[in-house]
Amino acid sequence: MNRTRQFAATLTAAIALGGLAACGDGGSSDDGEDITLRVNLFGKFGYTEAYKKFEADHPGVKIVETAEGDLGKYNTKLTQQIAAGGDAGDVVAIEEGQTVAFLAAADKFVNLQEKGGDDVKDRWLPWVWDKATTADGKTTIGYGTDVGGLAMCYRRDLFEKAGLPTDRDEVGTLWPTWDEFIATGKKFQSGIGGDKVAFVDSSTNTYNSILMQQGDHTYFDKDDELVFDSNPAVKSAWDYAVEMTEADLSAQLKAFSDEWNAGFKNGSFATIACPAWMTGYIKDQSGEGNAGKWDIATVPGGGGNWGGSWLAVPKSGKHQEMAIELIDYLSGEEGQMLAFEAEGRLPSLPALHDKPELKEATNAYFNDAPVGQLFVAGAAQLEPVYLGTKNVPVRDAVENALRSVENGEVPPAKGWSDAKAAATKAAR
Amino acid sequence: MARTRLARQQGAGLAFVSPYFLVFAVFGLFPLVYTAWVSMHEWTLLAGKVEFVGLANYRELMADSAFWRALVNTFGIFVLATVPQLILATVLAQLLNTRLRSRTFWRMGVLLPNVASVAAVGIIFGMIFARDFGIANWLLEQIGLDRVDWRAHRWSSWIAIAVMVDWRWTGYNALILLAALQSVPKELYEAARIDGASSWRQFWSITVPMLRPTLIFVTIVATIGGIQLFTEPLLFNTGANAISGGNRSQFQTVAMYLVQQAFTGQRFGYASTIAWVLFLIIAVVAAINLLLLRRIRSAD
Repeated sequence: MNRTRQFAATLTAAIALGGLAACGDGGSSDDGEDITLRVNLFGKFGYTEAYKKFEADHPGVKIVETAEGDLGKYNTKLTQQIAAGGDAGDVVAIEEGQTVAFLAAADKFVNLQEKGGDDVKDRWLPWVWDKATTADGKTTIGYGTDVGGLAMCYRRDLFEKAGLPTDRDEVGTLWPTWDEFIATGKKFQSGIGGDKVAFVDSSTNTYNSILMQQGDHTYFDKDDELVFDSNPAVKSAWDYAVEMTEADLSAQLKAFSDEWNAGFKNGSFATIACPAWMTGYIKDQSGEGNAGKWDIATVPGGGGNWGGSWLAVPKSGKHQEMAIELIDYLSGEEGQMLAFEAEGRLPSLPALHDKPELKEATNAYFNDAPVGQLFVAGAAQLEPVYLGTKNVPVRDAVENALRSVENGEVPPAKGWSDAKAAATKAAR
Repeated sequence: MARTRLARQQGAGLAFVSPYFLVFAVFGLFPLVYTAWVSMHEWTLLAGKVEFVGLANYRELMADSAFWRALVNTFGIFVLATVPQLILATVLAQLLNTRLRSRTFWRMGVLLPNVASVAAVGIIFGMIFARDFGIANWLLEQIGLDRVDWRAHRWSSWIAIAVMVDWRWTGYNALILLAALQSVPKELYEAARIDGASSWRQFWSITVPMLRPTLIFVTIVATIGGIQLFTEPLLFNTGANAISGGNRSQFQTVAMYLVQQAFTGQRFGYASTIAWVLFLIIAVVAAINLLLLRRIRSAD
């Protein structure tokens, strides 16, 4: 009797201990009044003002944003949390390249069609809604925030030094095509002489811009089959990038590395292909000391669509109703307008594209460049580019091969065969 | 009667040790078994289980050149980091054991690198070995050598990462060895001195054998850490696509390859296969360690 009791007591203690460790989340519950919404983003969405307005309209609601600077890290973490059914936050951002992957787990997100989404779906460019909707059309996991209109950012001071025109219209006419862009680059390089300045930041950035300009798909066709080899767009973008490397136009700075960031500040390169969302990044990295030195011209090859994001509400969130209200607001006219003002994010709402505030907007940091004209004018014509489920691993593999050519680690032909092998493997 | 008492004592004993086993079962055994089960499936991270494939993932892994490359990288960096690290730590421990002025200061000082956050260490060393403006390249130029693109080559990236690992762990190991040194009986050294043994002979015939159990411990811990090496090479590759460990994966370790397959490639089943093989490799290497270090005593 005594023995069993003793045993049972110890066992209970042990189980309690194990149980305690196993489910340690607990957390305090809300008293129904005060709600804290956790918004989980990458990079800078420029929502500070929008949060303030939303909080003012919804007493008792507090918004806390966490933003991860590194998109790769952000995707890994979000994938982990969604896959494990963990706590990903009340609102999460999904980047263009990841939409297809997260649609595979559409059941982990609130279906916005059931939450009033059908009433607002017409406010976006039509493909924005479709890109966050499953193939059967029954589930929509995200509200679109911005789209990635493409332009070319360049340094006026460096262009002047190299004896090139600095006026943005003249600069735009220098490079209607990528061939002419490369020719301009050669002129720049000989004009700038011995200075340690390159024409472009890296080959991958240019490569991605060219790739996203050509056609409606890249590495995968719309049946999600790898078409790395048969899609001429891939090879053509690759060849342009290699040509730039061979003409010694690249500063060989890996995108988002410390050296790349320092390159903005030090003026190590004169141009960078810039989707609308990148203008905010360029400003932050270049710093106030370089204000007015950057300017924006049209991109070679005419327009293009690179990047863009969606906001989603994971089912693990505790305040789903309020979270849906928040993403409805942020992706609505006021929210997108505020994000444009703060970080230059190009709205995905056609209604805004006609507004004079947007059409006539200029960016003081970029020498008062008419960002409204440059980005907004082409926004209505933007076409979606289909990115497959395995787009991210394949893109990573191809970019790596391209960088190894750029750094002189392998010859271009070997780089291409490496890229093909790595893409095939990554697509598995 | 006696039998019941024995049984009762056994029961109580088992109950008292049971917390460990229960916790182990939940956090150790279950994940192991579950990982093995996942590794026998085609399993997409976000979409979940697809189908049972038996040992197909293991067969694929054996023929996967990226895995073998990662394995070579892991062991290359491990050897490059661990051997100098243990030698340095032993020497450092020896020095700290002498009558130094402000001894506590030095003893605490060697532990400081270990307290620093890995992320900060990674960023700082990433800067030191930066291609265009790093101190390492500046120093090379000062002594008339060429600049090195540290991340572009296998050998240079391995060295940079090994330096990072050693900077963090040498002091920690030195302190553990110091504790062991202090427990060596002074009488042994006195007797040896009377017999006319040189200080080198004393070190080799007394210190090293007496340190043997600690060396085994330190080596096994360094091995486990070395084979699971992840954060340092990851942070060393700053910017986009860090997990691939260099443009040609020159410094991608097995742990990085595992994470890449699981989270970038979404191949959870295959990643579990890598995890299990990694577990087996660590077990084998730990066994080899044990055997080799046993020999130190029989050699003297």
